[in-house]
Amino acid sequence: MSSLDVSALGRPIRGPSALGGDIRRLLHLAVTLAVMEFKLRFFGSVLGYVWQLIRPLLLFGILYVVFTEFVRLSAGVRFYPAVLLTGIVLFTFFSDATSRSVTAVVDRENLVRKVEFPRLVVPLAVLLVAYFNLVLNLIAVLVFVLATGVSPRVEWVALPLLLLPLGFFAAGLSMLLSALYVRFRDVQPIWEVVLQVLFYGSPILYVLEILPKVSLQHLVVRLNPIATILVQSRHSLIDETAPNAWDAAGGMAYLMIPGGIVLGVLALGFWVFNREAPRIAEEL
Amino acid sequence: MTDLGQGTPAIAVDGVSKTFRIPHERVSTLKERALHPFRRSTYDRFDALQDVSFAVEKGEFFGIVGRNGSGKSTLLKCMAGIYGVDRGAIYVNGRVSTFIELGVGFNPELAARDNVLLNGVMLGLSPREARDRYERVMDFAELRQFEDLKLKNYSSGMHVRLAFSVMVQVDADILLIDEVLAVGDVAFQQKCFDVFNRLRDEGKTILFVTHDMAAVRRFCHRALLIERGEVVQIGRPPDVAVSYVDLSFRAGDDPAHAGPDAASGDGAAELLEVWWEDEHEERQTVLHQGRSYSFHARVRFNQSAENPGIATVFENEAGQPLMATSTDRLGGTGTFDQGTEAVLSVHIDMVFAPGRVYASPWVVHEGGLRVMHRWPRMHSVVVAGAHVSGGLVDIPHEVRLSSPDRVLQVEARP
Repeated sequence: MSSLDVSALGRPIRGPSALGGDIRRLLHLAVTLAVMEFKLRFFGSVLGYVWQLIRPLLLFGILYVVFTEFVRLSAGVRFYPAVLLTGIVLFTFFSDATSRSVTAVVDRENLVRKVEFPRLVVPLAVLLVAYFNLVLNLIAVLVFVLATGVSPRVEWVALPLLLLPLGFFAAGLSMLLSALYVRFRDVQPIWEVVLQVLFYGSPILYVLEILPKVSLQHLVVRLNPIATILVQSRHSLIDETAPNAWDAAGGMAYLMIPGGIVLGVLALGFWVFNREAPRIAEEL
Repeated sequence: MTDLGQGTPAIAVDGVSKTFRIPHERVSTLKERALHPFRRSTYDRFDALQDVSFAVEKGEFFGIVGRNGSGKSTLLKCMAGIYGVDRGAIYVNGRVSTFIELGVGFNPELAARDNVLLNGVMLGLSPREARDRYERVMDFAELRQFEDLKLKNYSSGMHVRLAFSVMVQVDADILLIDEVLAVGDVAFQQKCFDVFNRLRDEGKTILFVTHDMAAVRRFCHRALLIERGEVVQIGRPPDVAVSYVDLSFRAGDDPAHAGPDAASGDGAAELLEVWWEDEHEERQTVLHQGRSYSFHARVRFNQSAENPGIATVFENEAGQPLMATSTDRLGGTGTFDQGTEAVLSVHIDMVFAPGRVYASPWVVHEGGLRVMHRWPRMHSVVVAGAHVSGGLVDIPHEVRLSSPDRVLQVEARP
């Protein structure tokens, strides 16, 4: 086949992959890209950050008026505004991260086709931007929550623990969606519909207790990881008299289901992305 | 020329093949996939690279040339790790930076500072390294006073300078460069090559994909010619450049260029065919400057003719006559019976300037006033040469510059 003596050359290079050989480079690149993207969004205009904050706040304002004045979903719910705003901010993170990542790889076509780098950088950077955003929004939420009379509690320290599974869920979906979109362009409208379903299927506008049947409450918390996380965050961050996740799911053991879904989606997302990564540059 | 090390090569490509699958009917939605789950999509296979092997030594300036679609860019992308290979292996010994485009990742909305950082990190630096080199990048680009300006406000020249400076400061051991130089003006290209030469002297290895044969001749130690995904030749740049030119014009020979331009005449004789031959009497459509060739025109007389004349003029694409000759110089040509064929041959050293050269032959009755057959632009060939002097012909000559302390002299031959 060839007359080259390759014995002294070590290992051949591998083609493009999801992780690349060097995890540090993966992180460096993802952080750099995310920081630049963040700069573009926030420092592009003087009011950059304000606009970013206004979106969830506006949504909150409308929903608050509708559901306290027109439809009295909030009847008897302690700290309804705080619950509503927390829910909106957390869901905004989730929908931001996943819907932006759908087109992320295709949008970064220029980079993907012209530079060698771990392909996972692309969805990871989107996720990081959404995270930066979430942290800023949470500061606003904190101010608001304190203003509505919720008293600070030790449990607030546990917030990152709640954000972790949410982040994993978003990460898994980001990898899955961005890889699929390279091949199937209808992933985008499909995902928009799924996001709507998830929004109404999670206790954001309403609280879980409002659902007429206890079995239905159980079902929502068991099957929708976002609902599980929101229920638990309401309990531990805002209102300790509200049910915690395991009670709402009808038993600690049932939390294995949303936990399993999150880990399953994460594994599936990585598997699909990893499988597609070597050929992404060719198929764009 | 640098003495090439005999140690471990910087890059070794071992039997690499790469095939692209081009689907006939692209299934691009999940809906179609769901509706027709068992339909197998059919596709064409396109062999972009076939069993390509070569090695590049450390410190070598290596050119990769080939026509459009020959696979040279695919080869570069495989070496860069942007494409995976289907068969074979690529070994790389050192840090690689790839320049398929200058300023990859540049964002017009960001300031120069951010873009330099971003581009540096994309090209393989850590953020800290990129920050440390920022000052040097700006100094090299001579753009320090514009560092806070958004890139969209840069002129295209400044843009290129900035991108090139990052590239130079990246400090890779092996540079893979794909036609990036095509963007700049001549002065910029010269600056690029000066830098490449400096990098080469520092022991960096440079692989360079290009169409520019003059650049290959001037800068490369060796060159590789690739055609339809296969290595045709690896060797000295001048040899490879000649093969490249042959290949391009042979494959691209377009009958439209050799078509009849309204032939005319009374039909007493007919021009049958014209062609060029090299010294080995082989027909050629690409003629190299500085070699000898002969031009032939075959004529059949449909009526008997007394002292007819055959002539031809060679002209360039602009229609400027380069040279004309005829049988007049032979004196009388004698009698040709009806049905006789005759061949005019013109033997010349090829001094025409590079470009397409047309032959417009004609046959006349005795005296030269009445035309039997005239066929303007009946045939064309391409004259290939490395330098474009600007003249119609390149006649071998000597150039000398004398001054009190020195005399510079060069013999210029095509």
